[in-house]
Amino acid sequence: MFDFIERIPNLTDRPIPDRGRLLMVIGAVLLAVAIFLPLWQIHLVAPQYQEGLDLYIYSHKLEAGNEGQDLTEINNLNHYIGMAPIEEEDFAEMTFIPFLLGGFSLLALRAAFFGTVKSAIDTLVLFIYFGAFSMWRFYYQLYTYAHNLDPKAPMDIDPFTPILIGWKKIANFTQYSFPREGSALLLLATLCFAGAIWMGIRQNQTASEEASEPESATA
Amino acid sequence: MQHFKLLFLALLTLGLVGCGSGSSSSSDGGAPASYVPPGETDDYYLFYSGGHSGQVFVAGLPSLREVQEIPVFTPSPGHGYGFDKESKEMMGEYNWGDVHHPGLSKTDGVYDGRWLFVNDNANNRVARISLKDFSTKQILGPIPNSMGNHGSSFVTPNTEYLLVATRFSVPLPKGRHANVEDYQSEFNGIVSGVEIDQESGEMSVGWQVKTPPFNWDLGSTGKGPSDGWAFWTSYNTEMAHDSLEINASQRDRDFAAFVNWERAAEIVENQDVNTQNGVPLIDPAEHEGVMYYVPVSKSPHGIDASPSGRWIVASGKLQPTTTVFDFEQVQTAIENEDFQGEFRGVPVLNYDSIVEGEVPVGQGPLHTQYDGEGNAYTSLYIESAVAKWSLPPWDESTKEDMSQAVTDKIDVHYNIGHLVIPGSDSQEPYGDWLVAMNKLQKDRGLNVGPEKPETSQLIDISGEEMEMIEEDYTRPEPHFAQVVPADIINPIEVHKQENNDHPEARWDPENTGQTRTSDGVEVHMVSKRSQYYPDKIEAQVGDQVTIHLTNVEQVSDMIHGFGVAEHNMNGIVTPGETKTLEFTVDEAGVYPFYCTNFCSALHQEMQGYLEVQPR
Repeated sequence: MFDFIERIPNLTDRPIPDRGRLLMVIGAVLLAVAIFLPLWQIHLVAPQYQEGLDLYIYSHKLEAGNEGQDLTEINNLNHYIGMAPIEEEDFAEMTFIPFLLGGFSLLALRAAFFGTVKSAIDTLVLFIYFGAFSMWRFYYQLYTYAHNLDPKAPMDIDPFTPILIGWKKIANFTQYSFPREGSALLLLATLCFAGAIWMGIRQNQTASEEASEPESATA
Repeated sequence: MQHFKLLFLALLTLGLVGCGSGSSSSSDGGAPASYVPPGETDDYYLFYSGGHSGQVFVAGLPSLREVQEIPVFTPSPGHGYGFDKESKEMMGEYNWGDVHHPGLSKTDGVYDGRWLFVNDNANNRVARISLKDFSTKQILGPIPNSMGNHGSSFVTPNTEYLLVATRFSVPLPKGRHANVEDYQSEFNGIVSGVEIDQESGEMSVGWQVKTPPFNWDLGSTGKGPSDGWAFWTSYNTEMAHDSLEINASQRDRDFAAFVNWERAAEIVENQDVNTQNGVPLIDPAEHEGVMYYVPVSKSPHGIDASPSGRWIVASGKLQPTTTVFDFEQVQTAIENEDFQGEFRGVPVLNYDSIVEGEVPVGQGPLHTQYDGEGNAYTSLYIESAVAKWSLPPWDESTKEDMSQAVTDKIDVHYNIGHLVIPGSDSQEPYGDWLVAMNKLQKDRGLNVGPEKPETSQLIDISGEEMEMIEEDYTRPEPHFAQVVPADIINPIEVHKQENNDHPEARWDPENTGQTRTSDGVEVHMVSKRSQYYPDKIEAQVGDQVTIHLTNVEQVSDMIHGFGVAEHNMNGIVTPGETKTLEFTVDEAGVYPFYCTNFCSALHQEMQGYLEVQPR
């Protein structure tokens, strides 16, 4: 056990093979592309809205179906229960998340350039932290909207939390919420990073088993 | 999927019936062929003229279910029509009209789904309805020099003109007095060419042709070889001025007018033509080639060009025959000056040279429609039936015995006037259905007292034999109708905000409010679920209240009304539209205004107050 911890600095200094570095580059590209694709979709269906009302969450913008009309309609309906209008300006993170994604893309390219397990781990860990934070922010936004209802609103309903993944019945609406292609790319990028790290560790392990000399020579 | 289900049902039904009649649509077992299940739409739009209701009724075909009414010449509070400033100004001093013959706009001889034109027989007007939003956009008239606008609205193959002929004759110019005893010398009829702007659809009177005081009746426009021409029948070539029932039914043959509208337009463009009341007025005796008379059997009513444009079919309502003219022979006769005489300087074409045959269709033939498969269908008023017959070319034995041309007949209930087949007056009919529009209901349907509705009957004409499928009722009183496949018409869902060009439109509640003007108050108001902004108006006795009301909704069917208690006002504003409502307040008090078109869960709360202070 302690032996393993002692070996970590040794592991993280190991080089990533070329295929792993390519994975880091692919991951960087995926992140860059994800900036321009929807990350999440909220789809609301009711008897008189069979075609559904749609919200598309991008890293940098909030888009609504029917040429944006769906957002107006959602806000129109939400005013009956006293929910504050959903506005793009409320999503402060939309101003910096695209830059962060760009930053992670650069970080991944840096890891590909240096080609060390260490730099790939930096990328992965920070990116997972960023991902978790973004998910929490998103959840928190939904929670805040649905828990700060104007007490003077015409219709009294208990505060609620819209669902993040899956579906949920809210009054006459069924809310569907699910990740879109942007999120899929982010997940793929994560897998690329993890794959690169794994390849770095594994290749060097087999290399050290087969011929410990070159490794000790480089060390 | 639904088709498979229907097919399965159809097979099942056939199986159960076994070797029954083998009819394609049974009304005695299972659903009739006209059945359209809930949630599904019809295949065609059917536009009925509303007769003296002054409206157009829109139904679906084959179900015959009424979908909508389009108010044209008559106020309709349900649509807010005739209450807002714009529609009030459009209707002018009249609050009714007599709509007889709707005509769809065409491009290259087929329906293009842009506009529907209708006539007002009573007040000599024509109107244009946009099929983008199914609302009346323009009313033109009363047309100068024109009295009794019955013979319209006949649209030329590329919607260049809407053609109009007068049912009544009066001393011209209108407003001049003459004794009716001097009818033959002092009275005149008129054919008008109403020009249509190709982009905007705006109508204006282009030219007119002066005619003797015959009573011009139904007409139609030519196509193919007869493109550039229009045809009207007439009765009362006797030129009687009283007891027309007897005195206008004396001659065995009356005249149809074959009018070369292209030539008329050319003359007005290139030559000096006198104007009367601002309209160039052509005397056909002075300008060769504009008009020819064709003898037609006694007191004819309908005259309908076939889809090919070669056969012109006229029906003498007091003779049991329908006459088929060959337009190619008409052209030859004109070239060869093959005339049998003239009337007031206008040549009468030699009947024998241009007639192809007289088909003994039955008693009281009125109008003819076509299925595009070489068959014609003529309504028989007196016989209460529809006759199906073959257009030329006929074989030798048919030519010898014209009764062989008649291939089928079906009873209708009762006293059919017009009949319509989708696309019959275009160059490409869709010949699967026929709607018979009957004048007398009698014992058909629930008794609603002495004032009976009209009946419409749906006939399947897709097979060899005609088959009665369905019966429905309409309010008074459809005359002719137009039927167009649903996919040719593409109406908008809402008026988009960016397309609203009303100068007084407001979109944000913060920009609303009232200001005092020289004669009252002007209010900029917004309506949205479920409130008016502002919801209070302050006025003084004697004020003119002007409200510019914008419905800022952009979602389908979210219509808001604006009814004002005790002020004879109900505005209806569709999503994205702005309407200006004007009324005066004569008595002090507080008057509620409220949303009259059910909009939302809190529709009942959508109200406000009009405070009127004493002076």
